[in-house]
Amino acid sequence: MNNYMVTNLPEVAAIVLFGIGFSNLLLARNLIKKIIGLNVMDTAIYLFLAAKGYVDDAAAPIVSAGTVDPDLYVNPVPSGLVLTGIVVSVSVTAVLLALTVRLYEEFNTLDIDEIVHQLRRKDREAMR
Amino acid sequence: MFKGTRIQTLYNILSIAFTMLLIGILLYTVSEMPVMGDPLNPANNEVAVHYLTNGARETGARNAVTAMILDYRAFDTLGELCVLFVSACSVYILLRVDAGKKEEEVEAIDRRYEPRNDVILNKAFLFLVPAVFLFGTYITLTGHLSPGGGFSGGAIIGAGLLLYLNAFGLEKTERFMHRIRYRRLNCGALGFYFLAKGYSFFVGANDIKSVIPITNRGNILSAGLIMPLNVCVAIVVATTVYAVYLMFRKGGFNI
Repeated sequence: MNNYMVTNLPEVAAIVLFGIGFSNLLLARNLIKKIIGLNVMDTAIYLFLAAKGYVDDAAAPIVSAGTVDPDLYVNPVPSGLVLTGIVVSVSVTAVLLALTVRLYEEFNTLDIDEIVHQLRRKDREAMR
Repeated sequence: MFKGTRIQTLYNILSIAFTMLLIGILLYTVSEMPVMGDPLNPANNEVAVHYLTNGARETGARNAVTAMILDYRAFDTLGELCVLFVSACSVYILLRVDAGKKEEEVEAIDRRYEPRNDVILNKAFLFLVPAVFLFGTYITLTGHLSPGGGFSGGAIIGAGLLLYLNAFGLEKTERFMHRIRYRRLNCGALGFYFLAKGYSFFVGANDIKSVIPITNRGNILSAGLIMPLNVCVAIVVATTVYAVYLMFRKGGFNI
């Protein structure tokens, strides 16, 4: 095990943030809070990718005309990947929130345990 | 149903333990990763070097990220736009007003919480909204020369549309942004993107001389297809933001 944990602080922060979001996803019973947890996980991924593309003492990748020295600019590839991630995250969040609205209209609650409880009761009544 | 029971406690403990295990494994991996910010990292390989050194000459875009997402990997961006379109469609399918309820009734419920004829809001947004639209257009049109591009510009224009809607109400917004225009703008932008980029990739792969000139003079019309494609991206993003907001607002927008 190398001791790069200290030099890779943004990556460490991204992992911790990912864990916070993931535990929120597992533990929160409110559906909106679950979606917030998923978004925290997304943000952790953006931070990780941005940290991967960073180069010390380098500028943003807006190159000037003529010959270009690539050592002067940060890596543009992770920036593009973050853009893709943001778009997908926004779309998934919109669909999840729409599903949550429908669930709330149906069961009048956002508590996932309560929804499962009501569904089981309906099943039992249908069996009878 | 397990609230306060032993199963709930066990589930909580197990999920915390699992998360800790996951964080531990990932942190171990991070500690084995190369030092951040080193130019010799494996992430800064020949792909990034090629984009930086040849991007301005081959695509005409000064912004290497724009050159990448709208030229080298333009079909990836088309996929993203389709994801946005499909998500707007799914939200519409999930949230459209039920046939049983009257649309006016549903609207009345949500309208109750909206500001109406607020003098401060109206006067402030009268000055703010044009500035927001102008800024979004600027970001979109100079996406190949400066930081920005279709996604950020489209998000700003979409936010401006939402501001306008909240300040002046749906009737005034629908004068220039109604559902037929939404459909035409969105499908037109997606279709133009597909056709233009399909042509560009076809002539590029077959070594045919393209009719679209590419220079890197650094002015607004210099980078061939990138500026029109940025406009397409901005249109799709702005209309999707607006449409999704209207659908969550309930009613007033049936495609």
